[in-house]
Order: sequence, then C-alpha cells, then structure tokens
Amino acid sequence: MSGWEQLSQYIMSGLTTGSIYALAALGFCLIYNATHIVNFAQGDFISLGGLMMYTLLGAAGLPALLALPLAVAVVAGLGVVLEAAAVGRAKSREITVLIFITVAASVLFRGVFKEVWGKQALAVPPLSPDVPLKLLGATFTPQNLWILGITLAAIAVLIYFFNHTLTGRAVRAVAINPKAAALMGIDTRRMVRLSFALAGALGALAGAIITPITTASYNVGVLMGLKGFAAAVLGGYGNFLGAIVGGLSLGLLESLGAGALSSTYKDVIAFVVLLLVLFVRPRGLLGGGEETRV
Amino acid sequence: MLSVERVDFSYGPVRALREVSLTVGGGEIVALLGANGAGKTTLLSVISGLNQAQRGAVKLEGRTLNGLKPSALVRAGLVQVPEGRQVFGPLSVEENLQLGAYCRRGRQQRAQVVRDFERVYDLFPPLAKRRRQAAGTLSGGEQQMVAMGRALMAAPRVLLLDEPSLGLAPLVTREIFDIVRRLPSQGCSVLLVEQNAMGALSVAQRGYVLTNGGIRFTGTATEILNDRLLREAFLGPEHQAGPTDGRP
Repeated sequence: MSGWEQLSQYIMSGLTTGSIYALAALGFCLIYNATHIVNFAQGDFISLGGLMMYTLLGAAGLPALLALPLAVAVVAGLGVVLEAAAVGRAKSREITVLIFITVAASVLFRGVFKEVWGKQALAVPPLSPDVPLKLLGATFTPQNLWILGITLAAIAVLIYFFNHTLTGRAVRAVAINPKAAALMGIDTRRMVRLSFALAGALGALAGAIITPITTASYNVGVLMGLKGFAAAVLGGYGNFLGAIVGGLSLGLLESLGAGALSSTYKDVIAFVVLLLVLFVRPRGLLGGGEETRV
Repeated sequence: MLSVERVDFSYGPVRALREVSLTVGGGEIVALLGANGAGKTTLLSVISGLNQAQRGAVKLEGRTLNGLKPSALVRAGLVQVPEGRQVFGPLSVEENLQLGAYCRRGRQQRAQVVRDFERVYDLFPPLAKRRRQAAGTLSGGEQQMVAMGRALMAAPRVLLLDEPSLGLAPLVTREIFDIVRRLPSQGCSVLLVEQNAMGALSVAQRGYVLTNGGIRFTGTATEILNDRLLREAFLGPEHQAGPTDGRP
C-alpha cells in the first residue's frame, strides 16, 4: 500500500468514526441548550440504537427501511421518558442534581439492556450487503457510505428544523430565554422534551449505523458517548457547528494518530490534542458566540 | 376588559400583594405606578400566569383566568412585554416577531398574521429596516420596539407593558410612549407599569399607585398628578417640581 493510499484509508475511517462522534456531540448540545445539563445517558441512547437494530433488522428480519426509523423512534421515546419521568420531574432545579439524575438513568439503562440482550457482543447486519469498494486508494464498505450519508442527512434536517420551522425557532427561543418564550405562549416544557427526543433520535442513528462495524452490546455506546462529549467540548460546548467540527476532527485525529504512531495510542493522541486546544481556547474551537448556538 | 379582583400573593411567608383590585377598560391606557419593590412586577406575573394568586381572581372580559397556563392566556388575548425587553438576541427581528405569533399557527390565521407583520413594521419603522438583523445587536430603544412588536404579533386585547422606559434616553422614552399612545386605536388596551410616573401619566387616562403590595390610590392621571401629598409620598420628591418630565 502506498503512502497516499494509506492516508486516504485513515481519512475514510476517521470520517466514519468522526460522524458518530458528531452525532453524539449534537445530542449533548441539544440537551445542554435546553436545560444546561450534561446528559450522561447520551451514550446509552447509542447502545440502544444498536441493540434495537440487532433485534429488528437481525432477529426480526425487518427491512432496513422499516427497522431504522423504528429504532430511532424507540430511542427518541426513551429520551422523552428520561425527561418526563426523571429530569423534568425532579423537585430540585440544581444543575448538579439534574446531571446526577442522568448518571443514575445511565446506570439503570445499562442494567436493563444487560438483562434484555445479555453481555455478549451481537452482530448487527449492515444496511446493505457488504461488498468492498475502492475510492482514491481507500478500501471501504457500503456501510461507511451509509454512515457519512445518514450523518449528513441528519445534519441537514437539523439545520432546516432550527432555521426554517416555527417549532425549531421556538426550541431556540426557549434555549435563549425560557421566561420570554413562555410569555409568548410557547410551552417551554414541551420544547425541552422535544430536545430530549431529538437527542435520543441522534443517539439512535449513531448506534444504528456504527454497530454493523463495531457489533452491538449493552455498553457499546458508553465510550462513543464519552468521545462525543469530548467532541462537543472541543467544538465549544453547546455550539451546533462546533459539535460537527469537533466530532469530525476528533475522529480524524484518532485515525491519523493511530496511523502515524500506533493504534495503541489513538485515544491518548486524541485527548492530548483536546487538552492542548482547550489550554489555548478554553471555550473550544467555535465556542463563545451566542450566534451559532442552537 | 381586564379586571383584577382582590388578589393576594405571597412568596413563602412574605406577603407581596394584599387584596389588589384594578380594572382596565376597552381602549384604555392605565398606569400602574409605585416605587421599586412595591409589587408591580409581582402583580404582572400573577396577571400573566407566571405566578398563581393565592386568593382573588383575574378576569378577561368576564372569563376567569386563574390557573390557566401562559399559552392559554396568550390565546385569550393577554400578552406581557417583560421588563428589560428580553428579546431573543441571536434571532433576527423577523424571527422574534414570528415567535410572537407562535399561538396563531392555524391556517385561517395565516393571512391575518402576514397583515400583522406589516402593521408592526408600520408602527415601528426602524424595525422594518432591520428585519434580518440579530435582535441582540439593536439599540435599547429598538429592542424595546422588538419586544413590543413581538407581543403585538400575538394580537392581544390587553397588553401588559413592564417598565418600557427602563434604561432608555429621554428622547427614546418619548418615542416609545408615543407609540404606546397609539395602541388603543389598534384595538389593544394597555396596562403600563412604570417607575417613570410622569412619563406614564402623560399617556395614561387613569392610574393606580401601589405601595407595599396594596393599592394606595387610584384616580385619573390628572388627579394623581395634582395630588401633592401623593406626589411627595409615592412618586418621589424629584417629581415635586411639576409635571414636565417625559412629556412630549
């Protein structure tokens, strides 16, 4: 393999994992902007997305076109439940208390997933048959293309939703000034719940498209969620565009770092760069401005 | 139009409102005056449903509003412009106005909402030139216009205006009050809460003076202005010189 081929291989795999981090980071941003909390159950949304695909696509044999929306809907529903039954119901509005509720929810979710699906790794079939493709020297599968395409589509839908629909603007209004939004007759609680549903849907998408490569398990999303969190911090926590840039950069850093040195150090390289960026720009690459916040 | 009947409200053990009653008639501008901490903003929050009265009733055209959510109140025609403008800074002027019409999403109302956009831009010409600009980048007076325009987009029967002149230069204040004066002809009564008593009484027909959570005095604007004791006691000594401040 020539150097050029290797480079494009690393870029391809970096963009693939980076897409997953970006989706997870967007989920963190949505809930942060609506409630100012970090949702530690975001990784479990990813796990459940993969597990649902294992059951619906693999075990039940549903067509992908049906299984994917169903998996997304189930996890979005779990997001709503998390808000309606726990976070929104808490007597305290203290941020640390609410964050801890999401930690507790995450532990609970993982326990339930383990009961239902067991501890072993589960093979999830890809969205379309695995035939190796070659582009610019990189070898990849159709699943890589699905991941990039679905991520791009999800981002396009979010951009349209937040900038061109009244409900999307209402979600932003609640994030900017909940009291003024309530005075305009916007049901702030419903908008917060919608943010949880969207975060669940993004997590589900990430899990559904990555698990054919990684396999699914009750805790497969935990590390991906953590990387998504890191990506959100890297981009500027709460910043929509930052989450995308942060996710893709983190994925590329990991992959290129692993290629340049050793895959043993891929997490170390990514996190060292993250720390360096935060030393220089504590608010992240794109953080600080209110303009691009969603 | 709007009537508040013997409303009590406490923050825990602290009694903030005691048997407060007031009315705003159709096409009327009514001033609610009082020093800082007198309970003006609390009374507004009870009227607009952000806080629930422990006793008493708030009625709009005879219909009791107690216990309704803010969204139901907006639909009923009661809309508040909060103190300190509270515009959605990162969103454009147009988006702010659009969110004001959030409760009027029905198909039948679409044409009316489009007409109301033009009505608001007519009422506030500076906004028409800045439709695409982020509301947070506008001047204080322009932001007050966005806040008022946003509320008018909900097609209110009664507008609750909380301290519209706060932090504005006298010239800008006058401009805002001139617009307030035109609202009744647009089918909208106004309850104007102000610390700037002279300014408020220059546009209001009647007024109420609130102290320590209770209505101390009520009368026509002229009666309040001419009551020397009242001026000294409730409107502050700076107003003894005469009713010139804030008048166009």
